[in-house]
Amino acid sequence: MTLLIVLCCVAALLVASCFGPVASRSRAGATILYGTCLAISALAFSAAFTQLIAGGAATPAILLPLGLPWLGAHFRLDALAAFFLAVVNLGGGAASLYELGHGRHEPAPQRVLPFYPAFLAAMNLVVLADDAFTFLLCWEFMSLTSWALVMAHHRDADNARAGYIYLITASFGTLALLLGFGLLAGPEGGYAFAAIRVGHPSPTIAAFVLALTLLGAGSKAGLVPLHVWLPLAHPAAPSHVSALMSGVMTKVAVYGFIRIVFDLLGEPSWWSSMVVLVLAAITAVMGVLYALMQHDLKRLLAYHTVENIGIIFIGLGLALAFRANGMRGAAALALTAALFHVFNHSVFKSLLFFGAGSVLTGTGERDMERLGGLIHRMPLASFAFLVGCVAISALPPLNGFVSEWLTFQAILLSPALPQWGLKILIPAVGAVLALSAALAAACFVKAFGVTFLGRPRSPAVAKAVDADRFSLAAMFVLVSLCLLAGVLPGPVIDALAQVTQSLVAGRMPAQGAVPWLAIVPVSASRSSYDGLLVFVFIALAALLAAFVIHRLASRGVRRSAAWDCGYPDPSPLTQYTAASFAQPIRRVFGTIVFRARERVTLPPPGDTGPAVLQVDLQDLVWDWLYAPICYAVGFAATRLNYLQFLTIRRYLSLVFALLVLLLLILALWL
Amino acid sequence: MALIRELAIQMAQMLLVLLVAPALVGLVRKVKARLLRRRGAPILQPYRDLRRLLRKDVVLAENASWLFRVTPYLIFAATWVAAALVPTFGTGLLFSWSADLIAIIALLASARFFLALAGMDVGTSFGGIGSSRDVMIASLAEPAMMMIVFTLALIAGSTQLSTIAGFMESGAAGLRVSLGLAFIALIMVAIAENARIPVDNPATHLELTMVHEAMVLEYSGRHLALIELAAALKLLLYISLIACLFIPWGMAPPGESVAPALVGTGAYLAKLAIGGILLAVFETAIAKMRVFRVPDFLGAALMLGLLAALLRFVSESF
Repeated sequence: MTLLIVLCCVAALLVASCFGPVASRSRAGATILYGTCLAISALAFSAAFTQLIAGGAATPAILLPLGLPWLGAHFRLDALAAFFLAVVNLGGGAASLYELGHGRHEPAPQRVLPFYPAFLAAMNLVVLADDAFTFLLCWEFMSLTSWALVMAHHRDADNARAGYIYLITASFGTLALLLGFGLLAGPEGGYAFAAIRVGHPSPTIAAFVLALTLLGAGSKAGLVPLHVWLPLAHPAAPSHVSALMSGVMTKVAVYGFIRIVFDLLGEPSWWSSMVVLVLAAITAVMGVLYALMQHDLKRLLAYHTVENIGIIFIGLGLALAFRANGMRGAAALALTAALFHVFNHSVFKSLLFFGAGSVLTGTGERDMERLGGLIHRMPLASFAFLVGCVAISALPPLNGFVSEWLTFQAILLSPALPQWGLKILIPAVGAVLALSAALAAACFVKAFGVTFLGRPRSPAVAKAVDADRFSLAAMFVLVSLCLLAGVLPGPVIDALAQVTQSLVAGRMPAQGAVPWLAIVPVSASRSSYDGLLVFVFIALAALLAAFVIHRLASRGVRRSAAWDCGYPDPSPLTQYTAASFAQPIRRVFGTIVFRARERVTLPPPGDTGPAVLQVDLQDLVWDWLYAPICYAVGFAATRLNYLQFLTIRRYLSLVFALLVLLLLILALWL
Repeated sequence: MALIRELAIQMAQMLLVLLVAPALVGLVRKVKARLLRRRGAPILQPYRDLRRLLRKDVVLAENASWLFRVTPYLIFAATWVAAALVPTFGTGLLFSWSADLIAIIALLASARFFLALAGMDVGTSFGGIGSSRDVMIASLAEPAMMMIVFTLALIAGSTQLSTIAGFMESGAAGLRVSLGLAFIALIMVAIAENARIPVDNPATHLELTMVHEAMVLEYSGRHLALIELAAALKLLLYISLIACLFIPWGMAPPGESVAPALVGTGAYLAKLAIGGILLAVFETAIAKMRVFRVPDFLGAALMLGLLAALLRFVSESF
């Protein structure tokens, strides 16, 4: 029943997509379309949520006569799919609600409206697909619709380049997944997931499949070093699509990884978790360091998605390690932490992109160096953005802290692992996780402080107005989710129990029975956390302090010029900028990671010209990995260019030579 | 009945930390002054300062936002809650399970997050310089602290601070290499987190060398009082933490009678005094380092912590 409802929702989204060109002609049309998307997403969300909570072990499946005639299109809604479906439709619904109001600022609705519902439908379909062909088809459909949305403002040269790089990476990722599924399906070609599950691939095949999945799903999710497209493409799209791509589409990629590695591939070997952990740790710390160096607000958020993907994959890697050693409870804890972070990140990253979108429409600026003081002009939007910043920085009592806390608890269970490699690697991963959490806090002090606090750095800020009702409604729905999941994490963990039960055959202790709504990952004597009590304590202590001081001491306030040690500078340009805020961290970490160099050019004495500070950063991933590949492709293309201008005789002889060669290889092989 | 008694112990602890914290700051200042052959202000001077500040009006910069006015209360509340969850005179705290050591560290990180934002709110360069340097220091101190937490949690088999303290008091931990490394790392982190010499100078009047003081430059009146009190509470928290983990003797076990609690209180005050005096001696004996030497200092703490955690991961016997 729930599966049918979701499939009908997908069909409705596809139909809505066909009406996109018509709807884009008028503002009312756009409103109706986004309203429809909102209603459909809400329906699909409730269906998925019902399935997750009340579905138990039942997994409705359906076979539609579409696609390949001998295969058909399999769809199935198990607990994992239900969870990701809920995440996708929550993000989709919030984005639609946001765009109901924000959409009137869209300069090119005819390039957004036809693709937006299709993009939502594609993400739903990927999660539902139950055979390799449908999965890949929907995956590619998702890539193409999101590419079309990235190219919505295609006259901007940067966006065109972002779209080009995105298209290449997406095709590469799908190719890797295609090969991976080919290996999984084996020579008999059993492409249905049910057939893949019963076949047990040999260790070599499993290793290849893991590598190909890391390439395919990892490039979509943004694992370093496959992340290069992400910070280009996500900010280029309209803001609600940026939120969807960063908050939701990367999660669909995580789903693809979990589906293949945890579900289809069978029992993992312990070293596969080492590969995942190393990549995840590098991703987490590199992502946040990249983010710290940015001064474009949307690009900063996009880079920060890379960090969060790293945190999610740390949880997944730990789950793989525990599962390979038969520690089911610990595997369930690590997997729950990862999935909890999937949910959390989809919530607060969407929230932050909505905030950035409101700043962009309010001021016309994405460059943080030209913003500042927006907390006075946009009080409600800035409050919502602040909550998102606190949540993403993993600070209690909001939700980001809970998932990181669970990950730390999983790390603390790992000394029981027998393998030495893991014993030595995991504490280092823990240190990297703590480092990236601390750097994330620094990054969001910078993002909020430079954008919303201080004095306006350009006249663009002076005309800013707060976001409209619908945008604010979308943001505050997500704000309340950040708070709810932070103070009441127990129900979320319990909802995930069915997922971990089906994937690692274990579950965390039921949290519903724990007194005072606390959470207990392993046992009460070992560790526990109660977000609600912490929240209540902080609120009570702050209110008590305010009450006592206002009643018994002073309550007077006087406004005056800023003190600034007696020399306040009237020009707002003397404030700390985003670049100067990041300078200490750039000096500590950037000199190695980015080869950061600072050059100061001082005018000679007597010359009144300005001094110049120039900062050079190198993206070593691009320079060492992608630039050589680009060069090699260009070189080969130039060399092969002359093959375009041959006579028919030569072409025929080339074809003949190739045929002989292939026959020779075949003869030698067999 | 038991619940009421435990609640009373928890409330007593909350009040105790709040009341003792300014005296600790006063003691450190007094000892430093005596070591410099000055007479120094009385130990109770911080109470007088707080009372004076609380009575004065707040002078706000013209463009200060609501965040600037809310932040002192948030910082104070988060630090107070964190300090109230660290065992002082006894180990059986009622709400110990609501936030473990990781959560206590994160509460302090929340306080710092908002203080760093407040530093940027008025839009002066000094506030920005303070915030920017503070988050740089935190970005190294927090992972080092987390490694120390890992080590302790693996030794005691729990991240609950009361359980760890009880375990340490029982003597079951014994002398361990990892514990020694964690102890040194914790002292280094505590110095950095509390903005003491050699990382930061709490008494400086040269703005460019300030970190914590630069962030709170625009604060005045009751707001400043709350921030000063929160800073004192944080210092007390770290000394209590070191005391309950590494010199846990004399702490009252979770039980009935009043006598152990009184002994525990006496022992706790003695430990605080010794901690404060040692801090003053250390601060007098050492010079402040340049801001870009701080990463080396904290990097050493991080490596010590990592080494300690690694030893515990590799073998139970270290």
